[in-house]
Parts: sequence; structure tokens; C-alpha cells
Amino acid sequence: MAEKKVYSKLGEMLAKGEFILTGELEPEKTCDLSHTIQEAKEMAPYVVAANVTDSPLGIVTINSLAASHIIQKEANIEVIWQLTVRDVNKLGIAGMIMGGHALGLRNILSLTGDHPNMGDMPESKPVFDLDSATLCMLVREMVDKGTINGYEIESPPKFHVGAAANPNSNPMEAEVLKIGRKVEAGCEFIQTQVAYDLEKTIEFLTALKKYNIPVLLGIFPMKSYAMAKGFDTFVPGVDVPKDILAKWKSIKNDYKTDKSKQKEMYDQANYEFFNPFITELKKKELLGGVHCMAVHYPRIFPKLIEVIKD
Amino acid sequence: MIVTTKKDFEEIEDALKSYNNIMLIYCGTCSVTSQCSDEKSVNEMLENLKNAGKNVVYHQEFKEPCDFRQDLQDWRNVPQEALDKVDAFLILSCGAGLQAMLDLFDRKNIAKPIFIGLNTHGIAETERIGRFHVKCAGCGDCLLNYTGGICPVTSCAKGLMNGPCGGQLDGKCEVGKYEKDCGWILIYERLKKIGRLDLFGQLRPAFNWADRGHQKSVVFR
Ligand code: SF4
Ligand code: SF4
Repeated sequence: MAEKKVYSKLGEMLAKGEFILTGELEPEKTCDLSHTIQEAKEMAPYVVAANVTDSPLGIVTINSLAASHIIQKEANIEVIWQLTVRDVNKLGIAGMIMGGHALGLRNILSLTGDHPNMGDMPESKPVFDLDSATLCMLVREMVDKGTINGYEIESPPKFHVGAAANPNSNPMEAEVLKIGRKVEAGCEFIQTQVAYDLEKTIEFLTALKKYNIPVLLGIFPMKSYAMAKGFDTFVPGVDVPKDILAKWKSIKNDYKTDKSKQKEMYDQANYEFFNPFITELKKKELLGGVHCMAVHYPRIFPKLIEVIKD
Repeated sequence: MIVTTKKDFEEIEDALKSYNNIMLIYCGTCSVTSQCSDEKSVNEMLENLKNAGKNVVYHQEFKEPCDFRQDLQDWRNVPQEALDKVDAFLILSCGAGLQAMLDLFDRKNIAKPIFIGLNTHGIAETERIGRFHVKCAGCGDCLLNYTGGICPVTSCAKGLMNGPCGGQLDGKCEVGKYEKDCGWILIYERLKKIGRLDLFGQLRPAFNWADRGHQKSVVFR
């Protein structure tokens, strides 16, 4: 088999089969990226790369191509550009892929994207000319063959492409078969939705083993009780376990007066929950890494890296 | 059948605002099933037009306005004196019905406007009167052989070729707050039931819009 081409640090780590930690950055409805850049700088020493989201929940934010480029440049962090097929047709996306390369991006996470109907511009036309699998196919054609629809690209783009999966998905079999299609389409890594249920996660990851693709498990360390509660309430399909909510609540109440101690306790509690969870999955050789979606919580990374390194 | 619903009369009144003498034409097929051009609906429209101060010079059912051949026949019953008087036509039919009438008008040298009284939603299944489900978007490249007979274009909110997306939750779709079924889980379940999950595992290419064309006609003779 020909040796895998490597275009980025992420690609290199994937090729070597190393355990990977990625982070996530969520630019907001602003043209000023300074907060996100600051967060990116704080997580940069710990992660291989960080995802930059593309108007999640259909709520309009700064364009992810522009944000990815600026963050990568300013924060000196490698970016995984989240590219959804929601807003742009195949022709437009092909152009964006070349633009992304020209702006120095080398990793794409191929996503369907949340329907405009859910967000703050519901009257907007849902495009979905491609889907996440056919976007992977397009990237692979452009990168590996150097063509678009068979037409030569003079200087083709270089990208690694990944896709998403949901370990909480019910029926699980449908999700697993769908991942099979994405792998066939040329997807090189998977980042998952947040998981809390160890047994279910093991079942899911075991089912994915046949595809022989690195899976980065999505985790969501919770900065505060409010964050945990909000995540539990507002993120569809994710239930934060009751004992976690209880523990976070007690930290909130017990350290009301000592905020710095409270922070320390939250960090420790995250470590205590995620450490055995990840260790168990690592031991079973089910994981290619961890994708940490602790948005606005970069201080957890030094602790998290202990978990990864263990 | 083609499912339609009634436009708000205000919108119709606005379209007709510079015309006084109106001829009302109504579909005798799908729009009747949709209860948009049945007797009651026609009477209601006549009443509305009257209340809006319009003079209805004539009204008649056209059996299938979308069928030009049928329109030629039905046109024979339209009295000349009504045609002499009429300022504008109003039709209760689907969008194809009105547009077939335009061809008729050209044939008959009628240079008068015709307005639509209904909204057209699509090709639908009639569960019972008052419950219609749009099942086909007429995409021109039917995919039902790969999907256990369930249309991914109309049953999936994103019309995906390779679903489900991450927005499905326990078989429900993110669009509409998880009240409707996820089309791709319906496809999965149907294929599972008939022992054809191999089809569910197949990667499908993106829809080919090159063949969609515009002003599409099906001409084979
Ligand atoms: S795939 Fe759907 S929209 Fe296309 S022809 Fe078949 S039923 Fe109609
Ligand atoms: S949840 Fe299902 S029906 Fe809704 S958009 Fe996603 S794949 Fe389509």
C-alpha cells in the first residue's frame, strides 16, 4: 500500500497512530475574534489541533473559513476547519476548499450542519447539495486526484478530511452503517458527539472497529454547575448523568465564598470523571484520541493532558 | 394527487384589485380532493368575491385544468357574452392548471390576466380528506429502489442522499423540534424489515442537478 500522504500535524499523528487530543473553538456573532484567539492560545500547547465551528445550531456566526484562517495564524494553532454542506452548493464548496488551502488550512471536518430552521435565520434556503459523505468524496477527489469532476486543478489543495459520529445514536446500527459509508467516501478520522455512557460507548466503538479508522471521542468537561445543567437541558440527545449533576451542584454550593477553590474542585471533578472513562476505552484499544469540546474552558487542558498521557 | 390549499382571500383581493368583472374557473380533479374547489369552496369564493364588490360574470368547472386537451373541450361551454365582459380570470387549481390555461388562452387569443386562488404543495398521498402527505418532489431521478420505497427528498428535511444526519434523535428529526420522524430512520427501518440493509450501507453520489434543466418537458413522441 502506498504510504499515506501527510499534510498537517494532525495528519502526521494519525499516520503514526498516535493518541490525539483535539480542542474546539466556537467563534460567536462578532467580527472581532480576539476572545477566541485568546482561548486558542491557551489550548495550543496541549492539543494537536482545534476545530473551528461553522454556525452551529444554524445560528449565524462569523464564517468558519475566515475564522479558521485568522485563528490559525494569530494563535499559532493548527485548525480543523468545520465545513458544513448547509449553506453552499457543490460548486461553491469546491471553490472554498481551494480557498481554504490557499489560506493555509489543511484539515477539514465534513459536517451536514444544523438545519437553518433551528437557528436565527430560519427563512434561509437550506442548500444541502452535498451531504457529509459526498463532501468527503469531493475533498478526496480534489486532493488525491487533483481534479474536480474530472477537470484538472492546476495546483490542487491538500487536506485531511474527517467526519462526525454519534455514540448515543439510536438505532445504533443505522449510525454504524452510515460511518461505513463515510469511510468508503474517504474520511480519515472520526470525531464523536459527547458521550457519558461508558457501556454504550464501548458497544459503539467496538462496532466501528471493522472500519479501521481513528475515532476521537467527544468529551465535554464542565466548567461549572450552570454549564453542566445547561448542557444537560439544551443539547438534544445528551444526558449528563445524575451523579455528575449532583456533584457539580455540591461544588457550587460548598465553595460559594472561595471561587478559586471552587474552580480547583471543578477541575478535579472533571479529571476524576474523565480519567477512568478514557483510560478504560484506551485499554480496550478503541480510541484514536479525544476531542474535547470544553468551549470557554481552556484552563482544563493541562489537567486533561495528564489523562491523555497516562 | 397534487395537494393544494386555499390562499388567504386578502391576497386574492389584492391581485384582483384593478379588475371588476371576474370569471371563476375551478379544477374538477385534485383540487376537489384537496377541498379547495369542491362545491362548498366554490360557493365560499363566489361569496367572497361578491362581498369584495366584484361582479362574477361566469363560473365553470374545468375537469382537469392541467390537461390542455380537456381544456379545449371545456372551453366550448364558456359563453361569448361572458368573455366579452370579463376583465380577469381567477382559477382554483394547482400551478400547472393555471399554466395549461395560458396555452389555451394563447390558442384562443385571450389577452386577459388569470390569477391563482390556491397554493400548490406537491405530489401527495391522500390518507383521508383533510390529511395529505407530500411524498414526491418530482426530482426526475427516482431513488426509491435504493431506499426501500421511501423518498429521501421529501421525507428528509435536508433531502440528504446519505442520511441520517447528526440531527436525528431516537428516530425523530431536529427540524420541527423532534416531532416528525427522521426520513432516514424510516428508510433504515423499512430496509431492515425487507432484509435489504445492504442498500442502506451503500454510498450514494450527490444528486445530479445537471439533468434537472429548466422549463423541463417530458417529450417522447
Ligand atoms: S426520489 Fe422522491 S422526489 Fe424523486 S421521483 Fe422518487 S419519490 Fe419523487
Ligand atoms: S434528522 Fe433525519 S430527516 Fe431530519 S434532516 Fe437529519 S436525516 Fe433528514
